[in-house]
Amino acid sequence: MQELRKERLDRGVKVRADSIYAVSSIKEVLFLTAPGLILLIILLVMPLFLSPYWQRVLAITGVYALLAIGFGFLANYVGLVCLGGALFVGVGGYTSGLLNSTFDLPIYFTIPVATVIGALICTILLLPCLPLRGVYFAIVSFTYPLLGARLIAATAVFGGTDGIAGLDVIVSKWTVIYLVVFVIIIVVFGLSRLVNYEDVGMVIRGVKDNEQAITASGINITLVKAQSVYISAALGCFGGAYLTHLYGWVGMSLLAVDFSILPIAATVVGGIGNVFGPLVGALILGPVSEALRAFGTLRIAFYAIVMVLFIVFWTEGLVEYLRRKYEQFERWVKV
Amino acid sequence: MNNNIMLQVENLSKSFGGIKAVDDVSFNLYKGEVLGVIGPNGSGKTTLINLITGFINKDSGNVYYKGKDISRMPAYKIADMGLARTFQMLRPYPTLPAYKNLIPPLYSPRAKRTAMGKLGDRGAVAVDILEDVGFEREARVPYKMAGSLPLGYLKRLELCRCLALNPDLIICDEIFSGLSMSEIASMIPLMEKLQREGITLIMVEHRLRELFKIANKVIVLNFGEKITEGLPQEIFNDERVKQAYFGGEDETYVFSQ
Repeated sequence: MQELRKERLDRGVKVRADSIYAVSSIKEVLFLTAPGLILLIILLVMPLFLSPYWQRVLAITGVYALLAIGFGFLANYVGLVCLGGALFVGVGGYTSGLLNSTFDLPIYFTIPVATVIGALICTILLLPCLPLRGVYFAIVSFTYPLLGARLIAATAVFGGTDGIAGLDVIVSKWTVIYLVVFVIIIVVFGLSRLVNYEDVGMVIRGVKDNEQAITASGINITLVKAQSVYISAALGCFGGAYLTHLYGWVGMSLLAVDFSILPIAATVVGGIGNVFGPLVGALILGPVSEALRAFGTLRIAFYAIVMVLFIVFWTEGLVEYLRRKYEQFERWVKV
Repeated sequence: MNNNIMLQVENLSKSFGGIKAVDDVSFNLYKGEVLGVIGPNGSGKTTLINLITGFINKDSGNVYYKGKDISRMPAYKIADMGLARTFQMLRPYPTLPAYKNLIPPLYSPRAKRTAMGKLGDRGAVAVDILEDVGFEREARVPYKMAGSLPLGYLKRLELCRCLALNPDLIICDEIFSGLSMSEIASMIPLMEKLQREGITLIMVEHRLRELFKIANKVIVLNFGEKITEGLPQEIFNDERVKQAYFGGEDETYVFSQ
């Protein structure tokens, strides 16, 4: 019997675009930009056709998507496993909630400030474990929100277990949905450009791939890690501030472990190989889990099963799979 | 202190558990010199480099670079002062073009200060550096995936990572190892060119014949101790060195073949 082997080869346009940047025709340019354009159009057009209920679902899904993008960025490019989603959302949410309730500042001020200042607070909190290798960073980032929730419950600061109610809400339903959509678009295309084409992206990737070479190049890797954590924290803090003004309420539920764990499931489903994977994963898992709301807590079982199946049987994830099919062709050759 | 001293190592020691990896090593290195460091496997050569460049912490002793005590500085600050080093383990970005490997050093604070990184397009600067060490631009070698390059190119890429920093002193950790005779022959003029350009070199090597051609001075380590120091010719004829390498038997043919 003749044995056959599957061979994968990059399509010509992919090779040309990768190595020498000699993309010649409109057709080739379209080939390269089409995936991004399709994603962009889906994100921009989708909200127009959704009922208010599903728009709300999309808004919350968007927050998870931002967390997933941040998780994937740190894990895949910087080499940090960050379970601090709840920390980021909590700090962002409480910062904007307190600014709004204590100083009566408007939403268009509190959300940006909570993003910038909140991310700074998170980065400072995580700074001591950045030089450490291995699991310490993951453990510490996971512990802070648990600690925060206990402290708030025990000392009754920031409204204690009741939280702070009566905050401003974003009034226009189009502002609600397109605020998060635009932020996602800027973040996902910006990060993709950063890690693939910008010079600083090479440094960030080097921190994961060859720490020694980066250090020997006279670059402080702890600083690079801190800057990367700041980016990821800013995404989560924006999400927290956004949720706060979506509900008009901030409370301990923003420190729930869901925010740390669910983005990982999204990253696993979408694939960790690039920036778009976590986004696509979140956009799939969010609505699906909402559709399964009738099953109650079985939804969590659903998440767990999907995560395990993907990790065991389909590690590369959806986006990497599609990318491979798009950029390469396969054929059977004789061994 | 003498202005021409580039590097001064004083009584440097480091133990791992009960093993003295580097034991009370001292030497001076003057500007523009090429220092060879030799010794049998496990004699502490790489540990010595790691101590000087701050990748591991010393137990005792001092290291002065251009008159400044660097023995307690973090590794990135030492590199920032222009003391560059290569690694034995080569780990380039395998799926990226070779020249992209030089982006991090060109992005470093030192490169920005010394103008190499200010030249706008870092990719173009990187290709120029690679071309200088023999990456043929016409054959598009600088643009090839680093993972597909032969070892000779990867070693030179590692050297370029140092050159991109605009260094004053380069420590090469076994840059000839694993290379064919012809590949080494093509690298020797490169090292000589660096020396003419005023870069001080420390070369840790097992390829003694090639090393002795370019070194001005050689120190010999054995079990972490410096057993001798001298001109290549003196080391060549030194009984203690033969003893360390060959356990006392007279096997000079290894040196001379």
